Amino acid sequence: MSTLNINGQNHEVDVDPSTPILWTLRDTLGMTGTKFGCGAALCGACTVHLNGQAIRSCVTPVSAASGQKITTIEAVTGGSDKVGQAVHKAWVQHDVAQCGYCQSGQIMSATAFLKTLPRGKVPSEAEIDSAMAGNICRCGTYARIRAAITDAAKALA
Amino acid sequence: MNFDQATFELPRHLQALMQREQAGSTPTPTGLPRRSFLKLGALSGFALGAFPLGTLAQDAAKPAGLKPTQQPSAFLHIAADGGTTITINRLDFGQGVQTSLPMILAEELDADWSRVNSVHGSNDPAYVDPLFGMHITGGSGSIAHSYTQYRELGARARAMLVQAAAARWNVEPASLRTKNGKVIGPAGQQLGYGELAEAAMALPVPASVTLKDPKDFQLIGQPTGRLDAAAKSSGHQDYGIDVRLPGLLTAVVAHPPVFGAKLQSVDDSAARAIKGVKAVLRIPADRGGEAVAVLAEGYWAAKQGREALKLSWDSSAVEKVDSARQLAQYRALATQPGPRRFEADVSGLDKAPHQISAEYVFPYLAHAPMEPLNCTVRVEAGKAELWVGTQMPGLDGLAAATVLGLPPQNVQVHVQMAGGGFGRRAIPTSDYVVEAAQVAKAALAAGISAPVRLLWSREDDIKGGYYRPMHLHTARIGFDGQGRIQAWDHVIVGQSILAGSPFEPMMVKNGIDSTAVEGMKEPYEIPMRLTVQHPKVNVPVLWWRSVGSTHTAFVMETLIDEIARTTRQDPVAYRMKLIGEQHPRHKAALQLAVDKSGYGKKKLAPGRAWGVAVHESFNSVVAYVVEASLKKGVPTLHKVTAGVHCNRVINPRSLEAQVQGGALMGLSMCLPGAAITLKDGQVEQSNFGDYAVPRITAMPQIAVHTVLSDDAPTGMGEPGLPPLAPAFANAVTRLSGKPVRELPFKQA
Repeated sequence: MSTLNINGQNHEVDVDPSTPILWTLRDTLGMTGTKFGCGAALCGACTVHLNGQAIRSCVTPVSAASGQKITTIEAVTGGSDKVGQAVHKAWVQHDVAQCGYCQSGQIMSATAFLKTLPRGKVPSEAEIDSAMAGNICRCGTYARIRAAITDAAKALA
Repeated sequence: MNFDQATFELPRHLQALMQREQAGSTPTPTGLPRRSFLKLGALSGFALGAFPLGTLAQDAAKPAGLKPTQQPSAFLHIAADGGTTITINRLDFGQGVQTSLPMILAEELDADWSRVNSVHGSNDPAYVDPLFGMHITGGSGSIAHSYTQYRELGARARAMLVQAAAARWNVEPASLRTKNGKVIGPAGQQLGYGELAEAAMALPVPASVTLKDPKDFQLIGQPTGRLDAAAKSSGHQDYGIDVRLPGLLTAVVAHPPVFGAKLQSVDDSAARAIKGVKAVLRIPADRGGEAVAVLAEGYWAAKQGREALKLSWDSSAVEKVDSARQLAQYRALATQPGPRRFEADVSGLDKAPHQISAEYVFPYLAHAPMEPLNCTVRVEAGKAELWVGTQMPGLDGLAAATVLGLPPQNVQVHVQMAGGGFGRRAIPTSDYVVEAAQVAKAALAAGISAPVRLLWSREDDIKGGYYRPMHLHTARIGFDGQGRIQAWDHVIVGQSILAGSPFEPMMVKNGIDSTAVEGMKEPYEIPMRLTVQHPKVNVPVLWWRSVGSTHTAFVMETLIDEIARTTRQDPVAYRMKLIGEQHPRHKAALQLAVDKSGYGKKKLAPGRAWGVAVHESFNSVVAYVVEASLKKGVPTLHKVTAGVHCNRVINPRSLEAQVQGGALMGLSMCLPGAAITLKDGQVEQSNFGDYAVPRITAMPQIAVHTVLSDDAPTGMGEPGLPPLAPAFANAVTRLSGKPVRELPFKQA
């Protein structure tokens, strides 16, 4: 048995400690907002926050999260996270999603990135690109991702 | 898939399949009498989400002569509170038909758009493409083929609601009008559609209806937010991979390392010992091969199980493809006689004042949709249900029925929102659906009746075949100093996508697969001789967003540019001269892109060059004017201005997204690492590390402009792709002086 703190709640899970967080979320706990894309930390679809840092849950074992705080898309966009709320709102306003499959991971990376910025700072396009380069979108929503992150940053300023 | 609409006829083989499917009557997996729909309408959203509306449809009286595709009851449900649910007869895999098809119906219905949502359909006969008579999302046809259908559905339902209100108020229907989900009477009295729905749906469906004058459109043409935007921006959108069923087991399959190879030996002792593994099953695989499925509680255990298998394979009976050898074979084939798509006298070519002799090479390409391929199957009491993001639920349901030994009408396919597809989910062989059904069948034989979810890893996807075919083009062109083309001798070598598929009789003519040559020659008036060779190769191939135009547009538009360059003519002016009078949409799209980009007027930033291309696919024309540079020798795309002609635009925001997405996928073909290669019969790439797709850092600025038109809409899912790569290449050539004749671009 491992104890995982997810979105502020402790969950007892009966999985091998080497199991990636992704599959514990999806198959054990039924939290399917976090997506499987590559299984090798190459596409970012599975991004969650570990103590506020964006990590790839497809290669991070449950053992690495012991005593840490995991945050998923469900809490970032649906809870009291002001940055997450601003990002969600900008994503909807810009109609960023096409197929939408990668967007949980995009939003998790964007939210973690915006939280690293000094208050009031609106990032440049190059800064956005650098922060988001680990997240693949095959539909080509990148232009709207840039616009949505810029707007979210402005809303938070 | 550029079906010729005028001469379209389903092949007999397919007609028989479809008739069999339709003869099986509407599937009623719920076991509920159709009449009970109105009661179900009062249930929570679960009923709507879990079952296609077509099977629960309100039991309207049906006038003779109306097809299932014309019955509002299969497409529209209005709840008592006015909530309006519209069923789409296509797969939404990002292109936005989940919003634009409902917009069309809601327009004629005069619905309150703020109360509209939409759901996917099924393999119910009501949800066939009305033009093709089969279930298909493809050929950029969702809007093009269903524009009139969805307008009529909305207009019929509106007429029924008006009729119901007229009866309630005892007035003439003609004295009533509708607005925003309400019927309004002569004295200003109002009834919401929700209050009228039950009575309206009991009325006969009118055989004919009058459609709105397009000048009165309120919704069509308005920039409209996607209905799924909030769900897709919060992790709440479910895809096929997210289907949850009690007792669900996950299957991960060890596929043959060479397509069609058989198993020599299987040692599954270590796999069976892994916690969570329920069974290891030997199953038939695609192309006559064999495979081993590990069935477990959850993906991770199944994948660990697969890794613990000790397998040896026998590939002695199948061709082991080697990419370098294959290219040499294609070069040899290009010199051989073959069937001709176009004939022309090319005898004077050698005497022309200017000549170009060119060879182009295009690799295999994987679709790599972000949601790994998956299919969930539940078999119970002689019936099966499938949950799958599929472009062809009809054929997939039939394929599953064949594997499971069930009558086709006992298999219901619940179409799931899909995380991309780009053609990979429209497979004439139904490969991954058949595989899921094989696993379910083998599981049942092993005494496991739990529902089964087949889930491919990214490696399975990249190595799993069904690629855009590798192609070789050769061209010899003779022209004079004014760029007048005297003769063009062209050869295309590449596998046929459609040979052996149900589409072959319809789309392979005179030994030439129409998807291999679409996009050649037109819109230019050129004396072209086009010879085609379709070698058979042990690599499964498939359509990839924009299909033949992925390579034909590149060849045509770079060669036209080269002729302009050689004869010192402006590439836009030269194209305008060469485009025939019967192609005004090409000229309009190109002119719009030129005007909006500042081409020829604006001074470019140092180190940048212009590139231009225009191409028609699926009856829509897209022109790109781009700005590119060589950053330390590396081709870099900065800015793209699009001129689009797709007739009437339904949702401009969706159109912009499709052009942005098509352009990026076009760019994906140019960048290093965009190639699938084989050695010893095995695919050499495995994941996004060695099969590269563009990241945000490669995204240029894109401005999208459309030519205004009131003509019936043509599709936009694919046409944004083809002209991007040649426009980019033309800019690169202007900087480097060297023609680009290979994709992906060779790095300096």
